[in-house]
Amino acid sequence: MIAASGWLAIVILAAIAIFLFFNATRSFEEVGLWKMVSGEFWYPTSDPAQYGFLPSEAGSLWVTIVGLVVCVPLGVMSAIYISEFASRRFKDIAKSLIEFMAAIPSVVFGLIGLALLVPWTQKLFNLDTGLTAFSAGVMIGILTLPTIVSIAEDAMHAVPQDLRMGSLALGNTRWQTAYKVIVPAASSGIFAAVMLGLGRAIGETMVVLMLAGNSGLIPSQPFVSARTLPGTIAGELGEVIQGGQHYSVLFAMGLVLFVVTFLVNLAADSVLERQRRRWRR
Amino acid sequence: MRTSRSAARIRSARIAETVAKSILGTATMIALGIAVFLIGYLAYRGMGYVSWEFLTQAPRKAMTEGGIYPVIVGTVWLTAWTAFFALPFGIMAGIYLAEYSPRNRANRIIRIAIANMAGVPSIVYGLFGVALFVLQMGLGRSIIAGSLTLACMTLPVIITVTEEALRQIPRDLRQASLALGATKLRTIRKVVLPAAAPGIVTGSILALSRAAGETAPILFTAVAFFAPIADSPFDETMALPYHMYIMATSATKPAPQMVWGTAFVLVAGVSLINVVVASWRARQRRKIRW
Amino acid sequence: MVERTQTDGAFELVDVSVSYGNEMAVGGVTMSIPEHAVTALIGPSGCGKSTLLRCLNRMNDELGDVTVDGTILLDGQDIYARTMDPVELRIRVGQVFQKPNPFPMSIYDNVAYGPRTHGLRGKAELDAVVEESLKRAALWNEVKDALKKHAFELSGGQQQRLCIARALATEPEVLLMDEPASALDPISTQQIEDTIAELKESVTIVIVTHNMQQAARISDRTAFMLRESMDRPATLIEIGETRMMFTNPGDKRTEAYITGRFG
Ligand SMILES: Nc1ncnc2c1ncn2[C@@H]1O[C@H](COP(=O)(O)OP(=O)(O)OP(=O)(O)O)[C@@H](O)[C@H]1O
Ligand SMILES: [Mg+2]
Repeated sequence: MIAASGWLAIVILAAIAIFLFFNATRSFEEVGLWKMVSGEFWYPTSDPAQYGFLPSEAGSLWVTIVGLVVCVPLGVMSAIYISEFASRRFKDIAKSLIEFMAAIPSVVFGLIGLALLVPWTQKLFNLDTGLTAFSAGVMIGILTLPTIVSIAEDAMHAVPQDLRMGSLALGNTRWQTAYKVIVPAASSGIFAAVMLGLGRAIGETMVVLMLAGNSGLIPSQPFVSARTLPGTIAGELGEVIQGGQHYSVLFAMGLVLFVVTFLVNLAADSVLERQRRRWRR
Repeated sequence: MRTSRSAARIRSARIAETVAKSILGTATMIALGIAVFLIGYLAYRGMGYVSWEFLTQAPRKAMTEGGIYPVIVGTVWLTAWTAFFALPFGIMAGIYLAEYSPRNRANRIIRIAIANMAGVPSIVYGLFGVALFVLQMGLGRSIIAGSLTLACMTLPVIITVTEEALRQIPRDLRQASLALGATKLRTIRKVVLPAAAPGIVTGSILALSRAAGETAPILFTAVAFFAPIADSPFDETMALPYHMYIMATSATKPAPQMVWGTAFVLVAGVSLINVVVASWRARQRRKIRW
Repeated sequence: MVERTQTDGAFELVDVSVSYGNEMAVGGVTMSIPEHAVTALIGPSGCGKSTLLRCLNRMNDELGDVTVDGTILLDGQDIYARTMDPVELRIRVGQVFQKPNPFPMSIYDNVAYGPRTHGLRGKAELDAVVEESLKRAALWNEVKDALKKHAFELSGGQQQRLCIARALATEPEVLLMDEPASALDPISTQQIEDTIAELKESVTIVIVTHNMQQAARISDRTAFMLRESMDRPATLIEIGETRMMFTNPGDKRTEAYITGRFG
């Protein structure tokens, strides 16, 4: 019984893949996987319907890029500061604030984005609408911040104190110690933090659904409304006929999303595992 | 000779350090400032609407008046059922990984699977829930289908916190029990699990409180725009995150208390649980010291 | 590059006390540490040997809530003076830790780490420093063909000598060693002891050890510390010529400790 539960994770993961696949088969037969993945037009309700994922893929890409630009520098720098420079008291406060931020549901980030970020974006860049890939990306960057800070901070914290002391005792400043010894030693953990952040950013649903605008065109820059993979699924699954063509296309889209995040997480995990082995001396 | 040359070098190293420190410090202040701002802004917009009436009454007049009592109840039910499904399996799987599993290839695959489950986007869980629980198993849109979906999503977290809590227990304790002739299962049940319980309970509650705030997985598996308090777990329900989402994005101008009051209740609830659990944990820690 | 011409590296401690938070761990230590000799710090566990040692290169500063009172002079210069930068001090006073702690990089880069930090760039010069430091640490013959190898591939004893070489590469006047051989096997210990014997020609060495024979073998002077009760700080019981301390200690408590009656 206990051993069986151990295997449950594999069973569920496999079940997800299988159910996505079987519910998507109709779209593979009637539309074709490659035609969906590389199709430029998303007109699911016109006749004949066109199911191109490119608008969603490009939108997801822009949102993710903006998100990473916000959270990676800010997150990694904060992690270095918290791990290497902050006093213990400040560290405690900072960590509980970060934890608090991580506990806020993503739909609340969406709400605050609607209330503040969307009007700000519209005014600041003089746009027709503030519902853009940019606003969604910024909010996703903020939402991903706690993930990156805490994993990167953990990675630096896991570097043995001996190394830190060894470097300081050689007459290095804390900064020299940080960038010459600690950050390189923790680099794989920091990389994994970025990858996990990336995975979250690609898969985050509510924020893009609420903020990205969900327009149909392929965005060539982030300051326009865009649709995303998760946003499209969440926005349309409620309105389609179960078992119909559109329905199965959305499952195909889910499968694409699943595969992409799976690969990203796999990369992060293998890097983390290497790091874990390294300090198990 | 030596001192003068190295003094200049040390001075420039110190300047570099000061510059780096202030840049990193600024980044940190921005990150923490965002966190503080989010908390403050939510409280500023939402706190005023929270009253006894708001918490204990049903919405009235097409959700422009009244409270969110059924919505709160819906979220509580969803979370409770999620716990019911996820906890036993999650804890057992954690025990398996920490106590039984050999360090081999199969095990490595289990670990990869768990890590990856945690990274599957929530909307994909939503799709999975629709396909398996709502349609295949014929549960329809219901509390059960929604909480099964949420349970799948919460499972990897519960497994991980259980495993970590168990690994914190010193080896001596296990060996002491085994040396007394206790079986492995008995050792786990009587010695290891009780010692690890605070960690498991804390981690699980935190994981469940996250589940309570999820929207995408229940979007198509459990919730309705309006539903009375469910009579049975096979009914549709309302839920805080969804209620807030639908109010915030509805075409008609929403009643502010429905949006911001709900958001505040959701966040305050989640963080209240976090604080209570964290302080309980700290007290337990002080009691048991390795 | 700095010439190693100084004949200094002597410490003078006057009424030194160290507190962690509100709790004083070491109180009122007055002693002198002569240059180019090996001074051993001995005493039971928890008597503040490491704490006192860390005062000498101000590593206590890095631990957070630690205060050091009293005066510590290095060659007549107050090392806790406002004008003294700990970084500068640590270039002059190196440290070797209990557990070998090579950085996760190649052998060469480990040794070159300090000199590079302090501005040495030329390849030829770096090569020379690395070679000389490894020779002084008695590791050169074992690694001269594998300088690009990752430091973690060395054995524990080799790693520790690598750490000694790394500390020597910045040309310190003083080398602090906190139980440098306690994590090592007897042969590696022997090698480290030989290294120390050679090093004292050129650097002052302060070594903490739990091994009485080791203290007797390698040190010129021995200081005995003791914390007699948990609610009082540890103090220096006595310091003197190692031979005298081991054959004819001035204090009963020293004798009891050395002959193994407590600690
Ligand atoms: N970082 C620290 N924070 C708080 N207290 C400390 C710290 N380091 C040491 N102490 C306390 O100071 C006292 C002296 O410790 P220290 O490590 O200097 O002893 P020691 O003689 O080196 O012992 P050992 O032989 O076991 O290494 C101990 O009571 C210890 O608890
Ligand atoms: Mg010590």
